[in-house]
Amino acid sequence: MTAVTLTPGSESDIREVLLSETEPLHIAGGQSRLEATEKKIISTAQLNGIVEYEPGALTMVAKAGTPLSVIKDTLKKENQQLAFEPPEMKHLLRLTGNSTIGGVFATNASGSRRIQVGAARDHLLGVRFVDGLGRILKNGGRVMKNVTGYDLVKLMAGSWGTLGVITEVSFKVLPIAETQSTLKINSCDANILTKAINTPYDISGTFYDVGSGVAYIRVEGFFKSVKYRVDRLLREFSDFEVDILEMEESKKFWQNVNDLEFLKPNKGDLWRVSVKPTDGSKIIEMLDPKIGFLDWCGGLVWIGVDQGFDVRAKIQKVAGHAMCLLGDFEQFHPSSTLEKTLSKSIRNKFDPKMLFNQEILN
Amino acid sequence: MYLTDPDPTILAKKTQLVDKLLSFLPRDAVIDDPRETLAYECDALSAYRCPPMVAVLPRTTEEVAKIVKICWDLDVPVVPRGSGTSLAGGALPTGDSLVLGVARMNETLEVDYPNRLMRVQTGRTNLSVTGEVESDGFFYAPDPSSQLACAISGNIAMNSGGAHCLKYGVTSNNLLAVKMVTMQGEIIDLGGSHLDSSGYDLLGLVCGSEGQLGIVTEATLRILHKPEGALPVLIGYNDSQVAGQCVSDIIKAGVLPVAIEFMDRPCIRATDAFSQAGYPDCEALLIVEVEGSDLEIEEQLTKIVEIAKTHDPVELRRAKNNDEANRIWLGRKSAFGAMGQINDYMCLDGTIPVSKLPFVLKRISEMSKEFGLDVGNVFHAGDGNMHPLILYNANKPGDLETCEAFGAEILKLCVEVGGCLTGEHGVGIEKRDLMHIQYSVDDLEAQMAIKDVFDPKWLLNPTKVFPLDASAERRANASKETAA
Repeated sequence: MTAVTLTPGSESDIREVLLSETEPLHIAGGQSRLEATEKKIISTAQLNGIVEYEPGALTMVAKAGTPLSVIKDTLKKENQQLAFEPPEMKHLLRLTGNSTIGGVFATNASGSRRIQVGAARDHLLGVRFVDGLGRILKNGGRVMKNVTGYDLVKLMAGSWGTLGVITEVSFKVLPIAETQSTLKINSCDANILTKAINTPYDISGTFYDVGSGVAYIRVEGFFKSVKYRVDRLLREFSDFEVDILEMEESKKFWQNVNDLEFLKPNKGDLWRVSVKPTDGSKIIEMLDPKIGFLDWCGGLVWIGVDQGFDVRAKIQKVAGHAMCLLGDFEQFHPSSTLEKTLSKSIRNKFDPKMLFNQEILN
Repeated sequence: MYLTDPDPTILAKKTQLVDKLLSFLPRDAVIDDPRETLAYECDALSAYRCPPMVAVLPRTTEEVAKIVKICWDLDVPVVPRGSGTSLAGGALPTGDSLVLGVARMNETLEVDYPNRLMRVQTGRTNLSVTGEVESDGFFYAPDPSSQLACAISGNIAMNSGGAHCLKYGVTSNNLLAVKMVTMQGEIIDLGGSHLDSSGYDLLGLVCGSEGQLGIVTEATLRILHKPEGALPVLIGYNDSQVAGQCVSDIIKAGVLPVAIEFMDRPCIRATDAFSQAGYPDCEALLIVEVEGSDLEIEEQLTKIVEIAKTHDPVELRRAKNNDEANRIWLGRKSAFGAMGQINDYMCLDGTIPVSKLPFVLKRISEMSKEFGLDVGNVFHAGDGNMHPLILYNANKPGDLETCEAFGAEILKLCVEVGGCLTGEHGVGIEKRDLMHIQYSVDDLEAQMAIKDVFDPKWLLNPTKVFPLDASAERRANASKETAA
């Protein structure tokens, strides 16, 4: 579909567009997580640049269209990072765009370290956005603790561009650990992931390959500390055959997880299921998928199934939600009736003309 | 501060309300005798008092739903109350309101270690949550200073923090799900035992909404395995700017302490006299705590001490065991009590970017002279969460007003340097009229629109958070409906 792309360079430009617009718009960052389905796109490409970065305060402020790669490179120079490890989705979704920081937060994109440090939404400190009424709004700020008024920051995180055009985000960053190691535990059950997290050894990543029955447990920190914790975990899992992936090898493994490389062989539909960690292996048992991986101690399940197989219908008795990433199903999981009513009313307050990303969360 | 007058049309419904409540609640759960409602006249912002029309103490979510529905039908405002420890007047009633206290709802409903969560009724105190799982090696991380008394319901309402949130985050980062009763008396579950939500993050929106969107009766909380141990180091400097630099250097070096506490000279002197903690008499004192095994603590403290030494400290005391750790924490933990012994005080919690610390401290001490009131500073330095304690004499006419004016100036300053009015206590009534400083008319409208969605009649804790003039029209519409 050929779409018209608007690239406003300021909040007031966006406001002008929105005040006069009556046709549906797709709010786009880099389009690496969501493809535009409307004829008209409002892009954040011209809202680009880091506004403020204080390494000593662990905070950064950036315009929404700033490429994720630029953010990561800038942080790396100070030995810092986005600790929640936003995953790279574009190859998997067969998209070509480049991820932007606004898109990361708008989709609440969180990777393996989520179990230790929280999700994208937990790192977002402040937002500026222009809503469907053309109002230039702000909420939160650039300090770590802020309970001044309602937390619209959380509302905007994961709202998928349905409430307004996010123009600026401020967020918490964290130091990159001195080193890391990964325990590769062979021939084990998935419940080893929850066993690992329930130790005092501060696990920063857990991953399980259903096909091979191999678990990966990551620890990060200062050298002596990592060595100590690896030793302890080896003792804990002495019944298993364990290999250790040291620094570079470990980094490479988790980079692959972050890029969702392991899902590449998938030829059919692809689903992302979020459940209680101990229910992860239950989901796998119920579905017996062609491809299955667990992250987040089992709470995040990646499943590749035959085209047209309705994962959502199969697992409806398990609490949580299923997102269809590739396939001919509704992308988002339906909410409960009351939740839907509240969400619709909220959306109506911010976008009464229903301009934004109409097909999303509807 | 102006407290809204009770609405006589609502007061006229008291008997009707009480009768309806008694139709399904036991007698001791409905408090309507004016001598007894006095117990609910204030929270920890005790300068302001107003007994409610009625107070109720339900035991179940279903009872809460029935109570609220009655109030919805009769247009009676509802003020939710946890333990009444709010420093911002979050639980202060109005004369025409019903106080809904969750104190009797304190059951543990589920403990699930593999999934690291527990579900409780929200009348549970913060510390008792940890108490429940401590013997199995777990804890609930958010630790407000009032944790012995404060309820989980209030923690959720105010999105409470604490000294250790530099590492573990605040309430909203440790809350997985809630069961909530809306003002229409409907029961809704938000969030779940899974780690992210599909659709809008209504849970995130409810956390920190100061009891204005619904009454949270159950909460699923993240519990964590305890670290093997923790030890602090105490560092003294003769210049607060240098202390600020030290904090920044520690953070930049990649050490992530669980807590970095800061005290200034007036506070050090007061607490030392009170607690005999043996603090050095210096300009700025830091307490930096790290966690882990002995070896890990050793490794981190060594790095911190190395950094601290480059800034030429006047005192450096590294705890080697729990006894020494307790002695280091002793003064800090009794800081509020120590200041309270000197005089009445008002405690603020504006938050600033860490880099602005020296400037803000300097301005506060200048303002202290201008207003003629002493102030001590003790705060969470790692995240810029200030706690200026302004001393005043409640019995001296005009002193409270001067103190409030001084406090307002400090909070304005916090916003000016890029911070916010409140980092962990909430807005309540205390800071509602200062909201204009931080937010534009549109910003406040956007927030009030959320309340319109959850509570269209503006009956839930209506006089809090928003400036009275900003919320006036919405509140008036509610009472118009009452009259009609």
